[in-house]
Amino acid sequence: MSNEAQYTIKEEPFYQAQGDEIELYEAAYAARLPVMVKGPTGCGKSRFIEYMAWKLGKPLITVACNEDMTASDLVGRYLLDANGTRWLDGPLTVAARIGAICYLDEIVEARQDTTVVIHPLTDHRRTLPLDKKGELLDAHEDFQLVISYNPGYQSLMKDLKQSTKQRFTGFEFDYPSEAVETAIVEKETGIDHELASKLVKIGAAARNLKGHGLDEGISTRLLTYAATLIKGGIEPKAACRMALVRPITDDADIRVTLDHAIETIFA
Amino acid sequence: MSEVIEIAERSAEYLAYWETLNCRFPEADAVFDECIREAKALLSPEGVDTYIENARFIGKMGRGVEPLLIYLEEAPTVASIVGEPILDDIKDFCLFLSTNTNFKAMIPFLQSLAAVTRSLHSYEQLHHYIDILKNMLDKTTASVHGHHKTFPSPGLPLLLEQAPRLLRALSLEGFKNWVDYGVKYYNNHPERQKDYFCLQSPDAVAVMQRERHGTLMIDHERQLDLYLRGLWQDHDYLVPYSSAFDELRKPMPYYDKLGIRLPDVYDDKDGVSGIDRYRATLAHMAAHRRWSNQMIVDNWSPFQRVAVETFEDSRVEYLAIKEFPGLRKLFLSLHPIPNEDDLEIEGESMVRLRLALLSRAILDPDFEVKHDDIRESVKRFFIEMEKDGVSSSDNMASLALSFTARTRRQTDLSPKIYFENTEVDYRDDNRHLWIYIEQGDDEETQFEHLEEQRQDDEVNALPPRHYHEWDYNSQHYRPDWVSVYEAIHPAGNVNVIDNILDKHSALAKRLKAILDALKPQQKVRIRYQEEGSELDLDVAIRSLIDLKSGSQPDMRINMSHKNDGRDIAVMLVLDLSQSLNEKAKGSSQTILELSQEAVTLLAWTIEQLGDKFAIGGFNSNTRHDVRYSHIKGFSEHFDNEVKSRLAAMEAKYSTRMGAAMRHAAHYLEAQKADKKLMLVLTDGEPADIDVEDDQLLIHDTHQAVKELAAQGIYSYCINLDPKADEYVQDIFGKQYTVIDNVDKLPEKLPKIFMALTK
Ligand SMILES: Nc1ncnc2c1ncn2[C@@H]1O[C@H](COP(=O)(O)OP(=O)(O)OP(=O)(O)O)[C@@H](O)[C@H]1O
Ligand SMILES: [Mg+2]
Repeated sequence: MSNEAQYTIKEEPFYQAQGDEIELYEAAYAARLPVMVKGPTGCGKSRFIEYMAWKLGKPLITVACNEDMTASDLVGRYLLDANGTRWLDGPLTVAARIGAICYLDEIVEARQDTTVVIHPLTDHRRTLPLDKKGELLDAHEDFQLVISYNPGYQSLMKDLKQSTKQRFTGFEFDYPSEAVETAIVEKETGIDHELASKLVKIGAAARNLKGHGLDEGISTRLLTYAATLIKGGIEPKAACRMALVRPITDDADIRVTLDHAIETIFA
Repeated sequence: MSEVIEIAERSAEYLAYWETLNCRFPEADAVFDECIREAKALLSPEGVDTYIENARFIGKMGRGVEPLLIYLEEAPTVASIVGEPILDDIKDFCLFLSTNTNFKAMIPFLQSLAAVTRSLHSYEQLHHYIDILKNMLDKTTASVHGHHKTFPSPGLPLLLEQAPRLLRALSLEGFKNWVDYGVKYYNNHPERQKDYFCLQSPDAVAVMQRERHGTLMIDHERQLDLYLRGLWQDHDYLVPYSSAFDELRKPMPYYDKLGIRLPDVYDDKDGVSGIDRYRATLAHMAAHRRWSNQMIVDNWSPFQRVAVETFEDSRVEYLAIKEFPGLRKLFLSLHPIPNEDDLEIEGESMVRLRLALLSRAILDPDFEVKHDDIRESVKRFFIEMEKDGVSSSDNMASLALSFTARTRRQTDLSPKIYFENTEVDYRDDNRHLWIYIEQGDDEETQFEHLEEQRQDDEVNALPPRHYHEWDYNSQHYRPDWVSVYEAIHPAGNVNVIDNILDKHSALAKRLKAILDALKPQQKVRIRYQEEGSELDLDVAIRSLIDLKSGSQPDMRINMSHKNDGRDIAVMLVLDLSQSLNEKAKGSSQTILELSQEAVTLLAWTIEQLGDKFAIGGFNSNTRHDVRYSHIKGFSEHFDNEVKSRLAAMEAKYSTRMGAAMRHAAHYLEAQKADKKLMLVLTDGEPADIDVEDDQLLIHDTHQAVKELAAQGIYSYCINLDPKADEYVQDIFGKQYTVIDNVDKLPEKLPKIFMALTK
């Protein structure tokens, strides 16, 4: 099926395990349990799911959620065409039909009335009612639902409902340990160990400031950006300022402190 | 008799000078030869002549011998620093003072002159200095009692006593500003003028801080806090100590249970900026905090202790540099370069020099030491450190003890201690390293005990926060003028509040209807969307007809829903001044009781809405004592604890509103919200007992409203004073409501709030 092929991951993504999450995920998938991955931005959640989809040989459909997203964006809607209206499946429906892993990234960003449409897919029913179309879709047996959720960053207002939370098995991610993170930056970008470990140190400094003017620390993702810039010939300190400091803060005191961290770590 | 003998012993030259001086005071006679000797060494022959001439003049002013004696002693030094012409300026100013009611100031003027000169360095500067004094004296003398200059300046003698101190810390310009400030604000209060000029009053110190050069700790507190957190995962109170006043014993940085003590200001030094000096100091202490252990020191001699300190300081810095390589450069620029050749100097204790050499050699790979024992110890240090990476305080102690044993010299006990280039001023005093087992007559342990007691007292009351206040007369802020003390409001009986809620249950029901309309999650339908959540049938059919009939259809056939979100943070600031105890007009309740009811209902309302919400109350008893009570914080719910605080609301003292608003604003500022609202509930105009001009605090509060607006905070006043129209507009512009019928407050307050946030 062409649809399926389009969502299949052809090459093995690089994923550095932080613990036994791979085995646990395989077990969850074997039972087709819905999965929730929690953790701060850029710590490897999406990469992990991508890797698992590859490892399990299943297609992966990713949906980046946002607050304007409605249930129809997930399920599908009618479009106009020459013969009147035509139904178009949304990504969640596609995934349920073809037996893909459906990854709803940043689910809390979506409104609560949007979130509830996933409920029937996440319990024993494994169905998706397409109300407007008058269809009750039985999910394909390979189908699995995965949501990601960043607990640090949302306000109380945006927390997930208990009734939603309690339908998932949970994986808690955090930024990896220094050694693991250094290995990730090294392998992902090909810079040398010493440089990578310096970048990781700067990341650690920023993470210590979380809650003191920073909502989020420097993510692993940004560390790989900095490494990529350095690899491309940019002077390390400049690369760090550009990739690690400027994106995360407009607060002058924090900027000065992180700039100083860069100076003192790259002496 | 002895007089005669001494005079007889004078050389002809000295005798000639003595005669020129033409003075009969035996006290002058006694010091004269010594003074001439010094003058001849420091001054040109003409200079000596002028010196004597002027001395004669001062001796004959009829103000006693003391001015003459001080002049004789001090003038040569002063003239040798800034040039001989100054001698005439000194004489002229003394003449000016002596013919003036301020003649007594002559003595402190002359006494402080040498010290002042050392800070000012040039003739021009010293000349300016005298001008500043004249100006000050002019203003403070005349204004005490109208037209006759009968009373001397109360502040001048005190100013002269403080002048050396002040000028060590301030530029001459800063000094002038500081003096001007005191003249301006304390001209009418001799006692306060004195407090100011002897550097007793808090604003004297605050203004001085403002005028200082260098990097002030208070200006960089957050950066330093972030530094400590970010790079060291450590944090503590950062407490500045004054570095301006102690010259004999420069206080050192240290930390204890109360926090990390740092100098209040660092000037740039040896190419290192003030902020980097703070970082170096913090890095050193943070390294101790991470890697040092306490050690029992009862059995160590003072020499052994300083050696242990040096090794341990070096160890923690070695580890810190491993973590942050950039620190080496920083430490190196600040660490003195001791002179090894001076080890040869006879008769001085070289303990400090040997340790400084050791410390430098460990820090600086390019520093060469010839001394074998020191070299050997440096080597051992590195062997020890490279073993497993961190080593330990105890290992350093054993290295240090063997170092002291090997390098001991007879001269170590000499009372004369060699200090040059041995002081590492970014290092702390290491008090955290020591444990004393023997309690008792040891001075230091007694001191520690005292410290602890003080700490207990301080824990109960938060230190005040200082706020500036606007003086509309001079269009100028008075820095750190007001002290605000914050405390949690005492608790009372929760039932009081629950009863209020019962009493107003009908009102609550009515409010609820309005509330539901305001609540977030209210969906608004948006039509004509190309992409939306639902097909909008009406539009779709119309478009379909268009399509079929061959005309261009409207593709926007969907509709969607949007949340009408609220993201508001509200701070309610309650006036809790004495006047609230009065009965409201036409009511059996006091204004306080009505306010309490109104606030209860408002709190209930906002809790329903889910907006971020805090409540604080304030009153004041002069600018030194503005009290701010915490009733509800943003993170607290309207629960029993909060209710019990509301129940205990009490009214006393006055209404210094601007300071309270500034204080409340710093909480509101920290909130994340699209809209920030500060509601001020008051029954009158801002006033306080130490302010006579009733416009002053009105203008200051208006200024506070402007400051808040600049911080993105919308202030709104709910005023219960029927005469409010006379002033409330001057303060809040259009952002106010006057409630004439205070009885209706409980109903009105929540409605005003909802209307404001609709
Ligand atoms: N364990 C890991 N193995 C390999 N790469 C990783 C790992 N963790 C993080 N990365 C790197 O960090 C980048 C960001 O990871 P990813 O996109 O998975 O973050 P995320 O947690 O999904 O973030 P967000 O919440 O912002 O979507 C990846 O592209 C990859 O370079
Ligand atoms: Mg992601």
